[in-house]
Amino acid sequence: MRHEEILHRCFRCGWCKFTSDYSEFNCPSYRKFRFDTFAPGGRMWLIRAWLNGDIPNSARYQEILYSCATCGSCVEHCAFSFRDDLVEIFISAREEMVNDGRIPPPVRDFLKSINVHGNPFKAPEGERGAWAEGMPVEPYSDQDYLLYIGCVGSYDERGKKIAKALARLLSRAGVSFGILGDRELCDGNEVRALGETGLFRFLAESNIRMFRELGVRKIVTLDPHAYNAFRREYPGMGGDFEVLHYTQLLSMLVSQGSLSFSGFRERVVFHDPCYLGRHSGEYEAPREILDSIPGLERIEMRQSRENAFCCGGGGGNFFTDILGGGEESPNRIRIRQAVAAGAQVLAVACCQCAKMLEDGIKGENLEDRIRVLDIAEIALTALKG
Amino acid sequence: MEDIKRRLCDIVGERFVSDRAEELFFYGRDPGLMPPHSPDFVALPGTVEEVREIVKLAFREGVPVVPMGAGMTLTGLCIPRKGGIVLDMKRMNRILEVNDRARYTIVEGGTPTGALKAYLDAHHPRLRFSIPDSPAATTIAANVMIHGQGRLTQQYGFNSDMVTGLEVVLPTGDVARIGSCSLSPDWFSKGAPLPDLSGLFLGWLGTTGVITKVGLKLYPRKKMREVEIFITDSPDFIPDIIYEITHTEMTEDINIFAQPLPLIFKDNHHVVVYFTGDTDEELEFKKKSVFHALDRFIKNKDGGFMTVGPGMKQSLLDMPQRSASTFADVTKGGGFEYSGPIILVEKYPQCSRKLDELAEKYDLKYHATARIIGRGHAMMFAFSFTFNRADEDMMDRVRAALREASEFALSAGGVFWKPTVDEQRRLLQAMDPVTRRLMQMIKRNLDPSGIMNPGNWEVP
Ligand SMILES: Cc1cc2nc3c(=O)[nH]c(=O)nc-3n(C[C@H](O)[C@H](O)[C@H](O)COP(=O)(O)OP(=O)(O)OC[C@H]3O[C@@H](n4cnc5c(N)ncnc54)[C@H](O)[C@@H]3O)c2cc1C
Ligand code: SF4
Ligand code: SF4
Repeated sequence: MRHEEILHRCFRCGWCKFTSDYSEFNCPSYRKFRFDTFAPGGRMWLIRAWLNGDIPNSARYQEILYSCATCGSCVEHCAFSFRDDLVEIFISAREEMVNDGRIPPPVRDFLKSINVHGNPFKAPEGERGAWAEGMPVEPYSDQDYLLYIGCVGSYDERGKKIAKALARLLSRAGVSFGILGDRELCDGNEVRALGETGLFRFLAESNIRMFRELGVRKIVTLDPHAYNAFRREYPGMGGDFEVLHYTQLLSMLVSQGSLSFSGFRERVVFHDPCYLGRHSGEYEAPREILDSIPGLERIEMRQSRENAFCCGGGGGNFFTDILGGGEESPNRIRIRQAVAAGAQVLAVACCQCAKMLEDGIKGENLEDRIRVLDIAEIALTALKG
Repeated sequence: MEDIKRRLCDIVGERFVSDRAEELFFYGRDPGLMPPHSPDFVALPGTVEEVREIVKLAFREGVPVVPMGAGMTLTGLCIPRKGGIVLDMKRMNRILEVNDRARYTIVEGGTPTGALKAYLDAHHPRLRFSIPDSPAATTIAANVMIHGQGRLTQQYGFNSDMVTGLEVVLPTGDVARIGSCSLSPDWFSKGAPLPDLSGLFLGWLGTTGVITKVGLKLYPRKKMREVEIFITDSPDFIPDIIYEITHTEMTEDINIFAQPLPLIFKDNHHVVVYFTGDTDEELEFKKKSVFHALDRFIKNKDGGFMTVGPGMKQSLLDMPQRSASTFADVTKGGGFEYSGPIILVEKYPQCSRKLDELAEKYDLKYHATARIIGRGHAMMFAFSFTFNRADEDMMDRVRAALREASEFALSAGGVFWKPTVDEQRRLLQAMDPVTRRLMQMIKRNLDPSGIMNPGNWEVP
C-alpha cells in the first residue's frame, strides 16, 4: 500500500480530532460515531492492523474507512510531520480494499455507475448538457475559459440551478467561456477518493486528451472537487491547465469592476467547502465576493476557514451516504452551527455542499429559519441592472 | 455474552455498543508498551444514569468495567486486562457550570482538557485551570484520577489537589457525591470541613468507581505569560537552582528538560520558568526576583539565561504543549513511554545520570523532563524513551530500560506515578503493610465483586 511506512507513526493522540482551539471535535466521522476507531488515529491503527492480518476487511472496517469524508481537518490539526499525508493514506487504504474486491455496496454501485454511465446518477450521457438548454452558453471552441460543470451540476436538480446561475452570471459579466455539454466527462475526484485508481486514471487521461484536443488553456470549475482533481492530480498526468474555481474568477471580476451589485439585505454565513478551503487554501475569494455586495451582512461561524466543519458529503459520501443519517450527521450539525451564528442564509460554493446542507435543514426542521444559497445564486440575485 | 450485549444496547442504544473486531482491537491497547488485551465490549455512555445501569449490570453478572478517557497514560491503565466492558467516557463531555466568583467549574467525566480550556477562553477569560501537557483529548476526570500535574502545579500542587468535588458511580451502581456537594448545591470543597472521602477514588485508577462529574478549582488568569530558560551543564546544580526559584514564589510553573538532540541541547539542563502578570511591571518584577535569586549561579559561571527564539518560545507557551507529543516521532516511530516517579528534587542529579546511563546501555533516544510539584516539595521526573512501533527490538529495549528506571526510582525513594501493573505490584510489595491492608480493606468494601478495572491495584 502507498504510504504504508507511515502507518505505525500515528501516536493515536487525537490532536487531529479537534479544531485549533479544541472547542469542538472536527472530524465528522468521529463526531458522528464517537468510537475512537472512527477518528483519524483509529483509522491509522486499523489500516495497519488489517495489513498485518490482525483484523479482517469486514463490513465494519469498510464503514470506518468509507465514512471518512476526506475533509482534511486531520491534516490541518495532527501534531506530526506526516500529517500532510493523512488523507492520502486513507485513500490508499481504500485503493487496497478496491483491489481486495471488498468495499461497501454503495461504493461499488457508485463506481459501477461511473464506469457504465459516466456519471453517478445512472443518467444517460447524452443528457449531461441538458442543464444548459435555453441558457446563454456556447459549446467550448476557442473561448478564454472552459467552464467545467461536473456530474452534480449537470444532473442533480439543485446542482443544475447553481450551474445555471453561474453561467448567467459569467455571460452578464462578459466572460468568454464555453462548456463541453454532453461531451463532458466526470472529473474523477470522487472516484479517486473512493479508491478506484484505475478508473480515475482512465477519466483523467480522457479528460486531459479532450482538453488538449480542444486547445483548452484555462478551466473554471463549478465544483471544488473538480478543481482539486484538475489542480492537484492532472498536472502529474500531463494535464497542465490554468485552473480556477468559479469563486476565484468571480472575485477577479468584482475587483476589475466587471461585476457589481445593487444589494442583498440578509445575514449570510459562508460555509468553506473542504476542497476549496483546506485542500486548496482558498478562503478569501468567496468572502471577497460576498463582501462586495451592498447590504449583505456577512458573519462567521465559530468553525470556519481551516476549522470549518465538513458538510459530510466529501470523499464520496455525497453519493454513498455512509456518513449520513441521524441527529449527529455532519450536515445537521453544520446547520445547527449556522443557525447558532445567527445566519439567515448559508452561503456555499459547492453544489455538493448545497444539497447536503439543504437536506440538513430539512432534517432539523429549520426551513423557516435559514436557507442555503450558492454564492453564484446570491451574486446573480444581487446583480446590478 | 449475547445477553449482556443486548442489555448494553438497551441501556446506551445500539449505536454506542460494539463487540466488533475493530473496536476490540483498538480498545484492547494503548500507545504505550503494555501487552494488549481485548475487551468483550466497548460502550459509550451518554449520561450518569447510563453509567449506573451499565455498572449495575456488570455487578450482577460479574463482568469487569474499565473506565477510559483518552487512554493516554501510556502505561496500559485502560487496557482491559481481564476483558469485560470498556467504558469510553468521552460522550459525557459537558461543562455543567462555571462559578465565576468562587472560581470553580463542574464538568462531566469525559470532558477533554482542551474543551475546558476553549470554553474558559471563550466565556471566562479571567479564569484558568492547571492544564497538563498531555494531548488536548485527554480527560480531566482521568487526569485527577491519576494525580496529574499541569501548569499551576508549582503553585498549587497536584491537579488532584485542585478537585472541589466528585460524583462517582460506585461499583455497586450507587451514585456518591463527595465533598461539599454531598449536602450543598455548591461544589467548593472536596473535603474540608468533612472527612475527605475523595481519597477513596483519586489515585485508584478507576478501581473504586467511575467519576461522572468533577468539580475543579479555577484560578486567576493573568493577562500575560512569559517563559525564560536557565541553563546549567551540571545536574548537580539543579536542586539548588530550584530551591532558589521556588523561594521567590514568583513563578507559574517550573519544568526542567535535558535531551541529547538537537545538538544545541546536548549536555545541558534547561530550567524552564514560566511567569505571569497583569502588567509589564508585575511581570518584570517577578522576572527580576528570579534573575536575582539566580545571581550566584551566574557569577560562579554555573549557569545562565539562554536566549529563547520566537519559535521555541511559542511552543513552550502553548497550552497544552503539542510539542510534548511529537517526541513520539523522534525515531519516526510513533511511540514513547516514560517512567515518571514522583521523587525529591534533590534526587535530580541521580535521576539524570541514571537516564544517561540507560540511554547508552540500551542505545535509545531519550528525553528527561521534570515538573516541580509545589514549592519544591517534590518533582515528577520522567525517564522518557522514544521508540519505533515497527521495531520490536527497540520496543523491547525501551521496556527493559523503563524497568530499570523504575527499579532505580523506587530505590531512590521515588513513588511511581501512573504506575503500570507491574509497578503497582512493586509498590504494594514495598509499602508499609498496615497501609497495604488498609488499601485492601477499602478496595474489598467498595468493590466486593472485583469488577472495577481489575488487574490494577490488586493486592498480592
Ligand atoms: C505527550 C504526553 C504528555 C503528557 N503530559 C502530561 C502532563 O503534563 N501532566 C500530566 O498529568 N500527565 C501528562 N501525561 C499523561 C496522561 O496522558 C495524562 O495525565 C492524561 O490526563 C490522562 O488522561 P486520559 O483521559 O488519557 O486518561 P486514561 O488513560 O483514559 O485513564 C487514566 C486512568 O484513569 C481511569 N479513568 C479514566 N476516566 C475515568 C473516570 N471517568 N472515572 C474513573 N476512572 C477513570 C482509567 O481507568 C485509568 O486508570 C502526558 C501524556 C502524554 C502522552
Ligand atoms: S493522526 Fe496525528 S494527531 Fe491524530 S492520532 Fe495520529 S499522530 Fe495523533
Ligand atoms: S479527512 Fe476528515 S473525516 Fe477523514 S479522518 Fe480526517 S478529519 Fe476525519
